[in-house]
Amino acid sequence: MTDQKEMEASQHHVVSPMIYIIVGSTLLVLTGLTVWASFQEWGVFNPIAAILIACIKAMIVVLFFMHVKYSSRLTKLTVFCGLFTFLTLVGMTLADYISRAWGQW
Amino acid sequence: MSDSTALAHEAPEHGHEAHPAYLRHHFENTAQQADAAGFAMWLFLLTEVMFFGGLFTAYLIYRNWYYPAFVEASHQLNIFWGTLNTAVLITSSFTMAMGVWCAEMRKQSGLVLCLVLTFILGIGFLGIKTVEYKEKIEKHHVPGFHYSLKSFVDPQSDPEIYKEYHDKPLALDMARHTELYFFLYFAMTGMHALHMIIGIAILGYMILRARAGAYTLGHVTFVENFGLYWHFVDIVWIFLFPLLYLISRHQ
Repeated sequence: MTDQKEMEASQHHVVSPMIYIIVGSTLLVLTGLTVWASFQEWGVFNPIAAILIACIKAMIVVLFFMHVKYSSRLTKLTVFCGLFTFLTLVGMTLADYISRAWGQW
Repeated sequence: MSDSTALAHEAPEHGHEAHPAYLRHHFENTAQQADAAGFAMWLFLLTEVMFFGGLFTAYLIYRNWYYPAFVEASHQLNIFWGTLNTAVLITSSFTMAMGVWCAEMRKQSGLVLCLVLTFILGIGFLGIKTVEYKEKIEKHHVPGFHYSLKSFVDPQSDPEIYKEYHDKPLALDMARHTELYFFLYFAMTGMHALHMIIGIAILGYMILRARAGAYTLGHVTFVENFGLYWHFVDIVWIFLFPLLYLISRHQ
């Protein structure tokens, strides 16, 4: 019975509100940053910066708001596999469209 | 009915220990049950990732093909409203995360407050989106029979946008493709808004249940998994915002 209780305690990690406050304000600061970045003249780096900041924001949401940092290995593996499959599909599709000679559309 | 049968029914049926009423019989313990529910929720969210991923991929491909049209069309979006909406949605994700915490800590009034705040912020997001949609409708930028190319073949006819971006007129065949930008804009933000509407409806149900005392007696799975859904919708917007509003400002 104690084993079971310990297991429950370790699996059911409760994230403290302080972390949520830090994460929430970080996300708002990053939103401000990405808007500021879009007003800069960085040429080809404008979209790169915007997407990079979006990826960082999404990662913070997944890890903390969605508790993946504190979840079981199965959940971590599931999220990782999903993301990997998604990026493979999008990456290969885009690689095909960009590298092919489509001619005059 | 004799006393002995009544006793037989009250006694543990398969000889197992007492457990919370919400623990289903096919699970070993509540932790396993919560894990299984969380796992299933993530599988559902991955199908959602694929669904929105298709739209994002279509957007990236067409942006690559009809680049000048997509740049000028995206200049029609208002960065102020977009930024405000991002802030509203991130704040609603924060209140939702706090709601899950309140449920886990068994704070009923805190949970109800957090759910109500999330509900209001969700409505606020849709309200701002309505303001933006209204502008598109008035300018005839909704794809269909009434779609107007005026802002793109003659940018000076749209002084508000022109004074900020000084866009050059597009040739008619390229200007036509701005309609595709707005088609994808409405498809992506519309599907996102539909997810918000479904989320808000479930939030309303959860507020009623939470007021009646549900979720704060140890069984938090529903609130937790709804939280996952709500944060996922937030993530979709985190990508929609830069892709639709920000990345074409200088081109």
